[in-house]
Amino acid sequence: MSAVVNDHEHDHEHHDHKPSGIKRWLYTTNHKDIGTMYLVFALVMFFIGGAMAMVIRAELFQPGMQFVEPNFFNQMTTVHGLIMVFGAVMPAFTGLANWMIPMMIGAPDMALPRMNNWSFWILPFAFLILLMSLFMPGGGPSFGWTFYAPLSTTYSGDSTALFVFSVHIMGISSIMGAINVIVTIFNLRAPGMTWMKMPLFVWTWLITAFLLIMVMPVLAGVVTMVLTDKYFGTSFFDAVGGGDPVLFQHIFWFFGHPEVYIMILPAFGIVSAIVPTFARKPLFGYASMVYATSSIALLSFLVWAHHMFTTGMPVAGALFFMYCTMLIAVPTGVKVFNWVATMWRGAMTFEVPMMFALAFIVLFTIGGFSGLMLAITPADFQYHDTYFVVAHFHYVLVTGAVFSIIAAVYYWLPKWTGHMYDETLGQWHFWCSLISVNLLFFPMHFVGLAGMPRRIPDYALQFADFNAFISIGGFLFGASQLIFVWVLVKCARGGEKATAQVWEGAEGLEWQVASPAPYHTFDTPPVIK
Amino acid sequence: MTKTRCLRWSLPTLLLAATANATDMPLNMTQGVTEISQQVYQLHMTIFWICCVIGAVVFGIMFWSIVRHRKARGVQPAQFHESTRVEILWTAIPVVILIIMAIPATKTLIAMEDTTEADVTVLVTGSQWKWHYKYLNQDVEFYSLLATQKEQINNKFAKGENYLLEVDRPLVIPTGKKVRFLMTSDDVIHSWWVPAFAVKKDANPGFINESWTKVDQPGVYRGQCAELCGKDHAFMPIVVVAKTPAEYDAWLNAEQQRIAKAKAEEQELLAMNMSMDELMAVGERTYIAHCAACHQPNGEGLAGIFPALKGSALALHDKAGHIDVVLNGKAGTAMQAYGKQLSLKELAAVITYERNAWGNNTGELVQAADVHAAAQGKGE
Repeated sequence: MSAVVNDHEHDHEHHDHKPSGIKRWLYTTNHKDIGTMYLVFALVMFFIGGAMAMVIRAELFQPGMQFVEPNFFNQMTTVHGLIMVFGAVMPAFTGLANWMIPMMIGAPDMALPRMNNWSFWILPFAFLILLMSLFMPGGGPSFGWTFYAPLSTTYSGDSTALFVFSVHIMGISSIMGAINVIVTIFNLRAPGMTWMKMPLFVWTWLITAFLLIMVMPVLAGVVTMVLTDKYFGTSFFDAVGGGDPVLFQHIFWFFGHPEVYIMILPAFGIVSAIVPTFARKPLFGYASMVYATSSIALLSFLVWAHHMFTTGMPVAGALFFMYCTMLIAVPTGVKVFNWVATMWRGAMTFEVPMMFALAFIVLFTIGGFSGLMLAITPADFQYHDTYFVVAHFHYVLVTGAVFSIIAAVYYWLPKWTGHMYDETLGQWHFWCSLISVNLLFFPMHFVGLAGMPRRIPDYALQFADFNAFISIGGFLFGASQLIFVWVLVKCARGGEKATAQVWEGAEGLEWQVASPAPYHTFDTPPVIK
Repeated sequence: MTKTRCLRWSLPTLLLAATANATDMPLNMTQGVTEISQQVYQLHMTIFWICCVIGAVVFGIMFWSIVRHRKARGVQPAQFHESTRVEILWTAIPVVILIIMAIPATKTLIAMEDTTEADVTVLVTGSQWKWHYKYLNQDVEFYSLLATQKEQINNKFAKGENYLLEVDRPLVIPTGKKVRFLMTSDDVIHSWWVPAFAVKKDANPGFINESWTKVDQPGVYRGQCAELCGKDHAFMPIVVVAKTPAEYDAWLNAEQQRIAKAKAEEQELLAMNMSMDELMAVGERTYIAHCAACHQPNGEGLAGIFPALKGSALALHDKAGHIDVVLNGKAGTAMQAYGKQLSLKELAAVITYERNAWGNNTGELVQAADVHAAAQGKGE
């Protein structure tokens, strides 16, 4: 197939030299190739992490222990979380950044192409190490993706060292990716592409990249402290040696809270690109979107301890973190209001990207509401570490981040492949996902309010019916994603030819190049009015 | 075809089944039985309704727009994209709502954190995977373990009404009195949670957290450990029985006598020798209750996490070392100190059991006096 595309491109792309076969992918410094690899990698990880979720839901289908041992269950919850956060959502966003940012700002490629290759290619090894640790005697990490000390230090299995190294590699990859995004945006914008003309996806990714550079070293620090506490006799998190286990949580969440915005800010950028396209109307409040994103990023450094209200902190501290957390609702609200105002009096059509974007707006907002509820410290004492929290972060991460990624893939797929995807299949994918994801996560709110703690392989009888129901939702959601693979494969292989513009209402530099986008774009910078 | 029909039938049936039995599970946060828990419930409902109203307005406008402003209706898109006035408005309104919400939340939080002037103080200590309660200045302390049988968990017996929410010895507190809890842990972080009291506080090793409750109605209240604490995190429930002050005093008295009597019996035991059969019988029972979760019922442990006892050098040769590890635990590992958890008889029996079960046939007996001597030696 690629030969066909190459022949076709030869007319206008004389310098399109690339090695064939595996070498093309191993040695590539092309942002489009690397973007594709990131996206494919993320999809594979999404299914591996998803398979682990299926194991979790199978065990929780009925009370009692049926399929797995508690220790293995804990490995599943842990590795599911790690893979989905670091293996699926983050690489998918990096893949989108690689593909789209140079095309959106009129740059020929990422600024640091060799580092780009390196930052991708270390990633499979990180996850290979993590997944292989599952087969060690005693199994892989089982202390939750948050790896609280001392469960992850004194009381953890021998696989902890592998876990630490794999997180280090993931962190290095993310930092390099972030540096590349920042350097590209600062240096390679086409003449006339001023800051306030940049598409919001570029803006949100720029801010995300700064968050990454600031917090990934903190994660590297905290895993290193876990490593030295476990193997080299330090006592950062051990009171016996003058340390404090709660210190771990402070450092972890100082990384962890900005991390959750790392996984949602690019989503805001994607939705801000899709909604105006299908409403055929410019984005409402562009400047306020930029300011709102920036203030969310700044506030993300001031709210980490809202994950720790039950650890026992001074009242003044709890109040500070409660107020700051509530404050985040304001810029987040501004974004939602802006999207709705963009739709208002537009002329909307409802292709698959728009459907996922609309679902994102509604369901992410529901996740935002439960986030606001969780901010109320006294109520948080009841919600904390229950399925209410599980419902909350899956609404923001699955129907938020993941839905936005899917929306982005449908939106830009014609640009990448040169073919329109199958709209009917895409609509099937959307509706199956929408219904099953709500069957899966909405009842978790009730289970949590009724008092079911998270991360347990077995539960009291009162929770049985809801858990059976949730598990069925989970299996259906998992199965629905197979439709997605079908659509992707079908679209990669062929389909109706896509125009350069692809979508009637689409605006921006990426729509000015041909579909599929030539291997090299904007060798000479475009002119921006 | 049959498959789709099957699915079509089974889904609604399951939906119905779920709703029919939903009365078993409350769909909302418990109001609880304390003044604080009621306040927490009120806060929860207030913020919930605020979210509902905001959601109704925002989603209402959005869906109105989706219905009316669609290209299929032949509308021409407007081109407006800015309004400073509107932007200020929808920044200011949420700020006002949040301030209104923050006031009662702040008041409740301050009340929750006021642990002064308590009538009764209980030291709550979590360890993998049980709770220990110590009534300060009362000479009463005991461990509280999951009472659900393993066979229920493994689906061999039918599950009881309070499956996984029942313990051998519940915490008993007086009604109408302010009870202060001091929380700590012997190993990893646990979290002591009783929803009916709206009390959830982490038990951190090496530190002490405070919390309190004042329960007005006598009753049995159940909760669970809320912080992932390892393999059996799901299996360390909390049961609190609130009794009237008179009944509480009677219970406390009986407990004091029981503990004193047990101590006296221990002293008598030092002079006696138990037979192998008796030691093995008590030992097996103790092993299953306290050791098998990690070292496994077959003594083989879990490779890479919990060492095997079957065929281990410690259980086969080093008797003094074996007694020492069981009594004092092993620093830097999950092995707890059982000296304070078990009676001398149980300790002697379980060590004997470990040295003679699963083919470890050393033939050696360990008597209460041996354990006592080792414990004293350590103490001096």
